[in-house]
Amino acid sequence: MNKDLSFHCLQNQMRAGDLSAQSVLQGCLDRIQAHNSSLNALIHLDAEDAMQQAVQIDQAIQRGDNLENKPLLGIPVAIKDNIAQLDQPMTCASKMLRQFISPYDATVTRALREAGAVLVGRANLDEFAMGSSTETSFHGVSRNPWDKDRIPGGSSGGSAAAVSAAFCLGALGSDTGGSIRQPASYCGCVGLKPSYGRVSRFGLTAFASSLDQIGPLTLKVEDAARMLGVIAGHDPKDSTSVKAPSEDYVSGLGHDIKGMKIGLPSEYFVEGLDPEVRGAIDGAIKTLENLGALICPISLPHTEFAIATYYVICTAEASANLARFDGIRYGHREEGKDPLELYNRTRGSGFGEEVKRRILLGTYVLSSGYYDAYYLRAQKVRTLIRQDFERAFEKVDLMLTPTVPSTAFKLGEKASDPLQMYLTDIFTISANLVGNCGISIPCGFSENPRLPIGLQLMGRPFEEQKLLQVAYAYEQATQWKMEPPL
Amino acid sequence: MHYVARLARLNLTEEEHVTMGSQVEQILGYIKQLQSVEIDETIQPTAHPIPMSNVTRPDAVTASLDQAKALENAPLQANGLFMVPKIVE
Repeated sequence: MNKDLSFHCLQNQMRAGDLSAQSVLQGCLDRIQAHNSSLNALIHLDAEDAMQQAVQIDQAIQRGDNLENKPLLGIPVAIKDNIAQLDQPMTCASKMLRQFISPYDATVTRALREAGAVLVGRANLDEFAMGSSTETSFHGVSRNPWDKDRIPGGSSGGSAAAVSAAFCLGALGSDTGGSIRQPASYCGCVGLKPSYGRVSRFGLTAFASSLDQIGPLTLKVEDAARMLGVIAGHDPKDSTSVKAPSEDYVSGLGHDIKGMKIGLPSEYFVEGLDPEVRGAIDGAIKTLENLGALICPISLPHTEFAIATYYVICTAEASANLARFDGIRYGHREEGKDPLELYNRTRGSGFGEEVKRRILLGTYVLSSGYYDAYYLRAQKVRTLIRQDFERAFEKVDLMLTPTVPSTAFKLGEKASDPLQMYLTDIFTISANLVGNCGISIPCGFSENPRLPIGLQLMGRPFEEQKLLQVAYAYEQATQWKMEPPL
Repeated sequence: MHYVARLARLNLTEEEHVTMGSQVEQILGYIKQLQSVEIDETIQPTAHPIPMSNVTRPDAVTASLDQAKALENAPLQANGLFMVPKIVE
């Protein structure tokens, strides 16, 4: 493997004519060829189309075109298969959409193209992004590059595995309750969930609209900052995207973090936290202290109710969003004698088990007679959780927690117990409920087996610059070697 | 469970009714803990993490997907239309 795969280093070589976009892509294609059959990280690859994009970039460089405004020039990027890419499949890892071809580009996809990225393939996920392991994918589970008997996490597990195995140098994921950060932690890469409203979701298949956010997965913090700069910004096509311009997320990296106040929520350091994860996090806290950060204890008293709140709200929203899959305008269809029978049969056979379970749960909590007790109540507890964060952020700049309570689990270990699966989201879901930005970065390994451990930093909404600055400072101070044993 | 499945327009097999019924019940049991949270009357529900309201756009004609592209993914189509089962006898 090429020693330095950072965007910065590769682009310098490409712009100087020492390296072609085609050869960078070929390196990725070779690794895909060698390992994707065992990892199943990418579920669709159009190598010819990708090579065509790389050829065009090389020609533009040779012609001497002005390429200054192309922060991702020649960088191979994979896209989670729930984000639209013109004329490519978008299956959402569901039988429901197994033949769906995107009729347009998502706003983020178009932004990647304009920034010079080479779109290299479609990444596996849990069906409609519902899951924490990719085990609910219609295309089969993806494997963790560090240990193929283990899951890569989810729902953006294909994106994380693809980045970790260097099938691509960046990937897009979507994060509704931790679906970028959790797989990044399990696979030893960087995963950034931007603040709610920071990135347009036009062209993302909606799961839970008050929680979903698109973000990057990369090997390095600086690369994630660059990708965020490309995809962030207001989009009239997404009415929830916020009218704040995309900022320069890169130039603040490298500024020192002396005096930065970092809070440790006491509710996140409790029983059930794997001792090796705890040890790695303690090590990270020391590193940040040595860099001049001030560590303070804080409290988020309603933490214990976050998972229950989340699973009411996300299933309610999912049951509404997935009503569009009715077998009429697109996707899978089973005939029926009347429209009702057609809907029932189409949805009964087109959706997988986890999706059906969530639709049922969401329909129940929204149904007449239960709405107040479940949905309205959850929305009020969501307010209390938000107030917890607002109060805590009066005292600190950022929060530090483990990303997940343990390292990657084995295939099948939690597949038959949905509640156990949901509980792995405990540290990540609050950021979605509140709209905070969050990032997971590698902070060490468990010993036996050797698996990556991730730490999570969370910042106030729209304070990605600060988040990235501290993540970068930590990364530079530690330089964990993140090469999976492939 | 039969009632909720009907509301959700989901055909379930008998086996699915049994397994999902008990799983949903288990999850609802976990969710019941929300009943124990103290919530005073001043607490408003949060529907959306970032406060915003009435987002509008200029009322202007813009290009949209053309008919052929819009029909490309239709399971059944004819004469530029989506085909559906008979609705009115």
